[in-house]
Amino acid sequence: MELNGAQIVVQSLKDEGVEYIFGYPGGAVLHLYDAIFQQDDVKHILVRHEQGATHAADGYARATGKPGVVLVTSGPGATNAVTGIATAYLDSIPMVVISGQVSLPVIGSDAFQEVDMVGITRPCVKHNFLVKDVTKLAETIKKAFHVATTGRPGPVVVDIPKDITDPRIKVPYKYPKKVTMRSYNPAVTGHKGQIKKAVDLLLSAEKPMIYSGGGVILGEASKELTELTHILGYPITNTLMGLGAYPATDNQFVGMLGMHGTYEANMAMHESDVILAVGARFDDRVTGKLAEFCPYAKIIHIDIDPASISKTVKVDIPIVGEVKVVLDQMLEAIKESKNKPNKKALEAWWNQIDKWRAVKCLEYDRESRLIKPQYVIEQLYEVTRGDAFITSDVGQHQMYAAQYYHFDKPRRWINSGGLGTMGFGLPAAIGVKLAHPDADVACVTGEASIQMCIQELSTALQYNTPVKIVNLNNRYMGMVRQWQEFSYESRYSHSYMDTIPDFVKLAEAYGHVGMLVEKPEDVRPALEQAFALKDRTVFLDIITDRTENVYPMIEAGKGHHDMKLRVAPGTATDRELA
Amino acid sequence: MRHIISILIENESGALSRVAGLFSARGYNIESLTVAPTEDPSLSRMTLVTRGSDDIIEQITKQLNKLIDVVKLIDFAESVHIERELMMVKVKTTDSTREEIRRMADIFRGRIIDVTPTSYVVEMTGTSDKLDAFVAALDADHIIEVVRSGPTGISRGEKGLHL
Repeated sequence: MELNGAQIVVQSLKDEGVEYIFGYPGGAVLHLYDAIFQQDDVKHILVRHEQGATHAADGYARATGKPGVVLVTSGPGATNAVTGIATAYLDSIPMVVISGQVSLPVIGSDAFQEVDMVGITRPCVKHNFLVKDVTKLAETIKKAFHVATTGRPGPVVVDIPKDITDPRIKVPYKYPKKVTMRSYNPAVTGHKGQIKKAVDLLLSAEKPMIYSGGGVILGEASKELTELTHILGYPITNTLMGLGAYPATDNQFVGMLGMHGTYEANMAMHESDVILAVGARFDDRVTGKLAEFCPYAKIIHIDIDPASISKTVKVDIPIVGEVKVVLDQMLEAIKESKNKPNKKALEAWWNQIDKWRAVKCLEYDRESRLIKPQYVIEQLYEVTRGDAFITSDVGQHQMYAAQYYHFDKPRRWINSGGLGTMGFGLPAAIGVKLAHPDADVACVTGEASIQMCIQELSTALQYNTPVKIVNLNNRYMGMVRQWQEFSYESRYSHSYMDTIPDFVKLAEAYGHVGMLVEKPEDVRPALEQAFALKDRTVFLDIITDRTENVYPMIEAGKGHHDMKLRVAPGTATDRELA
Repeated sequence: MRHIISILIENESGALSRVAGLFSARGYNIESLTVAPTEDPSLSRMTLVTRGSDDIIEQITKQLNKLIDVVKLIDFAESVHIERELMMVKVKTTDSTREEIRRMADIFRGRIIDVTPTSYVVEMTGTSDKLDAFVAALDADHIIEVVRSGPTGISRGEKGLHL
């Protein structure tokens, strides 16, 4: 079969099984768009800004495990995509971004809409390619998908000069079934000796903790993790990225850990003697002050990326491999081992954990006449029976969603944990809804974050992706304000906007349903009404208590045992008391 | 501690910038970097000299290995190796100093490869220490310019860094 470059790109995507491509046309990709026009297999989703394309593809990838695919033009199209590429990179999300480039002969001449995309994205991609020869195009696209989806996943950019997609130049086409790259061979199975050592240590523990991260979700290892945790009877905590990998409603789950983790999770980490870290990377938002991180613990670390091991925290037993495979190996080794978990020590450990749990660190003022953001998430959880896909933006609302929506399944909690990208939530929700048209999809956001990609409301109408936007409107950039309250004597420098749009009218202008919710008693009915409107995107503008803070909090430079808790839990915020 | 890391990398455009970019992005030291194709034109050999604690060097080698284009690498601090650097020094000469500079070059096993009535170019290879010593032995006022390749290295014995 002879095809031109543009047809090769589209046919390669078809052969790769790509369902959706999120993009925006422009000069350098006109040949490509012409080829897209002439087929129906790969559906193109026209966004309103290239950042939206990357986040939507990212949401699709997180909700399905399949790579998200993006198509943007050269220059500004490419640079607009960079934030979304970096977002995917920091959270190890498989993504292939095809960017147009100016024609080969004019590269380097500061041509119209020329930027060095390979250079700009180099630090925020797993790998990138500049295609210089149309006969290598199909193979390069195959390599891009291979690199993006294997090992530790990540975004891959394929930069294609316009003349490579010239419709007049046809070459033989064959999409490779497989590629091998001599320089790229990610590990799969864990080292047997290390696994034996790890199991011996794990079974000798008196105060064990399992600390699991996003790698378990990316590696489809929830089942194995849950089985291992149940067999051992040990407490487990998840990182922000790992929520849903282990059922949050299970009694062995002690909540999220880290900066806004639960009291019991952080205290248990601090006091633990053996930690099993699975697909987690000891991020600074998890560890707090490194010198005080888990001072009594020996650490076992399972990760697919050798560079993640002992990067910030020195570990005692590293195991490099795919988490699913390694957990299976461990399960087998545990079953074969003569040793059993120490029942007596474990009982004492659980008693201690229950004492920490009794602090009820997530209690808040339920009698307030203002809408508490925590209450909104609890109601959202109930109305959706805990079974919705929840995307979020970045800030206080993100933490409330993580703390109060109890994720029992993987891939249900979709947020920008690593890069912390405001504007992620809405386009991501559109990507999720396309992947799961029958599921409830909600975007938990705030009035600041939502404005960063609000133009995608228009995309939501065009492609009929009825998501529910839960806007926790506190008239502040809440997390910035919270830090300013704690660390800058409440000097609220530019953490509020003097002008905020009428979101109800705005939603209506975009063709959607807008609802304003101002009283606690109206929250539940509004949510029920919104989710009952199956075919409509609904924007719930919920006016929340603007003084509310996220607790518990480990402030910068402090250890896990040094948490700021809500004063007099369950009665009032410390601020109201003051 | 000083480490010489030798890397076998795909001879693709941009490979050098991936390595250099990694060092600047992650704040690692880089003292010198040399790169050239090998006997297999699809591969380049890169030698870089860096400094850091054991933890940092471990991260550097892991991060380098993580680059998709990197095929293999070796840290020569962990093995017996030979290290060489090429230097060319242009020195001012006068009738009274020409003989002395020639003798000095002989002592260091350098060669004079360019001669004018008022200058020499001395070529010298050796370990970086030896080249430092030669430069130090010259009168600083006589030096017009010094160019050095940065060290490159190879392991001793039969084993080598190849596919």
